[in-house]
Amino acid sequence: MQLTLFYIFAAVLVFAATMVITSRNPVHSAMFLVLAFFNAAALWLMAEAEFLGVVLVVVYVGAVMVLFLFVVMMLDINIAPLREGFTRYLPIGAAVALVMLAQMVMVLSSDHIQLISSEAAPSGVADNTRAIGSVLYTDYLYPFELAGIVLLVAIVAAIMLTLRRRPGVKRQNPAKQVRVRKADRLRVLQIPAESRIVPNAAAQAEDKK
Amino acid sequence: MPMMPDFSLAMPEIWVGVMACVILMMDLFIPGRDRVITMWLSLFTLAVAAWLTIRQQWGVEAVTFGESYIADNLAVVLKVSIYAMTALAFLYAQRYLKQRGLLQGEFFVLGLFGVLGMMVISSAHSLLTAYIGLELLALCQYALVAYNRNSQLAGEAAMKYFVLGALSSGILLYGMSMIYGATATLELAAIAEAAARSGDNILYVFGLVFMLVGVAFKFGAVPFHMWVPDVYEGAPTPVALYIGTAPKIAALALFLRLLAEGLGALQEHWQLMVAILAVLSLIIGNLFAIVQSNFKRLLGYSTVSHIGFVLLGLVAGSEQGFGAALFYVVTYAITAAGAFAIIILLSREGFEGDRLDDLKGLFRRDGWAALALLLMMFSMTGIPGTVGFYAKLLVIKALIDVGMVWLAVFAIVFAVISAFYYLKVLKIAFFDPVEDNSALQASGGFRLILTGNALAVLLLGIFPGSLMAVCLAAFG
Repeated sequence: MQLTLFYIFAAVLVFAATMVITSRNPVHSAMFLVLAFFNAAALWLMAEAEFLGVVLVVVYVGAVMVLFLFVVMMLDINIAPLREGFTRYLPIGAAVALVMLAQMVMVLSSDHIQLISSEAAPSGVADNTRAIGSVLYTDYLYPFELAGIVLLVAIVAAIMLTLRRRPGVKRQNPAKQVRVRKADRLRVLQIPAESRIVPNAAAQAEDKK
Repeated sequence: MPMMPDFSLAMPEIWVGVMACVILMMDLFIPGRDRVITMWLSLFTLAVAAWLTIRQQWGVEAVTFGESYIADNLAVVLKVSIYAMTALAFLYAQRYLKQRGLLQGEFFVLGLFGVLGMMVISSAHSLLTAYIGLELLALCQYALVAYNRNSQLAGEAAMKYFVLGALSSGILLYGMSMIYGATATLELAAIAEAAARSGDNILYVFGLVFMLVGVAFKFGAVPFHMWVPDVYEGAPTPVALYIGTAPKIAALALFLRLLAEGLGALQEHWQLMVAILAVLSLIIGNLFAIVQSNFKRLLGYSTVSHIGFVLLGLVAGSEQGFGAALFYVVTYAITAAGAFAIIILLSREGFEGDRLDDLKGLFRRDGWAALALLLMMFSMTGIPGTVGFYAKLLVIKALIDVGMVWLAVFAIVFAVISAFYYLKVLKIAFFDPVEDNSALQASGGFRLILTGNALAVLLLGIFPGSLMAVCLAAFG
């Protein structure tokens, strides 16, 4: 039963992943990626790693993919030129891929392969969230912090490469906006409610002549 | 309950990481366009890091953070040479970047984060830390190559580098997953034990092949060298200097940690593969360098051929061979930094100065710069009196000691071939008539650093003993 479920999920996962890279429409690709994530999460649930499965759905499907879809929909991508040459390189690419696949299958199906079975995994521990929590900030503190720094570098690099100050672009300066005082913006003019019509002095002089 | 990790051992990493963040923030509030304070703060960071590294880690051999971090002599030698090369890159970079309006604090911040990545690789004691360190370094490199956004060449180079780099990282990770599947552990010491116990498990070799491909890409060894000339040509020259020096040391660190320490039991398997990589690198690197007309591309192919020599040191597989490879890569980094500095010296606003023809008559224009170039090219050729000679000698000696005479002969033949294009550069600089007679713009500081760099090449060539002893002590 479990094995059948595994094969179903795995097959859908592989299918969805293939569609991600072959689909012509980027929105379809993104949706297939969501499908792939769901199936991967299901596989993790079957491997008794509930925490990872839930995190995958919440973080990737819930946040990352939604953002990604926003971006894809906002960009006006002309799809046809992106696919140029795809069929031209397909035969040789497929041939190389098939040779590599055959080699890998031959190696992996040989008798000399000894995978460590899942006994090494902490089976029987009902609460794997607690298990992750107890090592994440102790044994795995170093890689964990470094992963944070990798993300920081990604932010710095992305901002550095995209933030540019073009001349002539109107932009807000929030600090200036906050610091503004009444005197900078508001000018009080004394305008009398009724004003007498001042006779034109020059015209009067004209008349006198 | 898990034990509290020993933070004091990793003081250098903590210091560099914290200081990079501090500089990132401080740079916002530093007035002026010269970024002088940012640069000196970065150099101060590297200097203190060197002091901390030597004080905390020389002579000890200890692991911490759940055995994912190791502090030993090898880590110290690697890290200190990485600091030195990065400091050199920072010092050379300032004028070039300022002239093109590229001088931003991010250059130094990304440079420092890259240093952190290299330090993590140097001290990696598990597959996980090695991989994360590599990604940290690679991310900084991609961003730095694209640093000049107005240059189409730079954008193209960055894109190529990014796509190929991501692919090779994936391949490396796949190999790591195979090793994990065979051993159920990420710690390199445990992997080494497991590999020694069950040698007939073909899964180790399977993972090894993929890991070796990933490492070879980071080295830029043939046939995974495609990105090297393009990135060297497209990147701004100071970035090419940065990428061409310290990360090569980090690539050696990756090899030593993953393949020599982790999979040392499979030496007979990887020895032949590395030998093939080395031979191909020597052939392709040297032959393609001959036909280049761009100095940066020439240096790119020359890097590939020098990587061939480094790999030959690793093929020897003895402690002496590893020491020779370490000595080679460190001294090559010093020499390459000087060669790139000459290109920076030739450049001015709106002029890259990276064609070989731009060197014409350099001796008559600026004899001192031409003499510095002479020393760098002599060292890359391996002419006695410069440090490159001892580097090549050590590698060849290590090869002969383990009985691989044919490889040694092959290496010597290609060292002779390489003399052709290095001497061609010198011929252009010394004997061709002057075409462009504008004076070289270089501050006194720049000249001082380049003089120091050239003297290092010369003095290490005459008194190589201390650096050699340090490199050999790293494996003692």
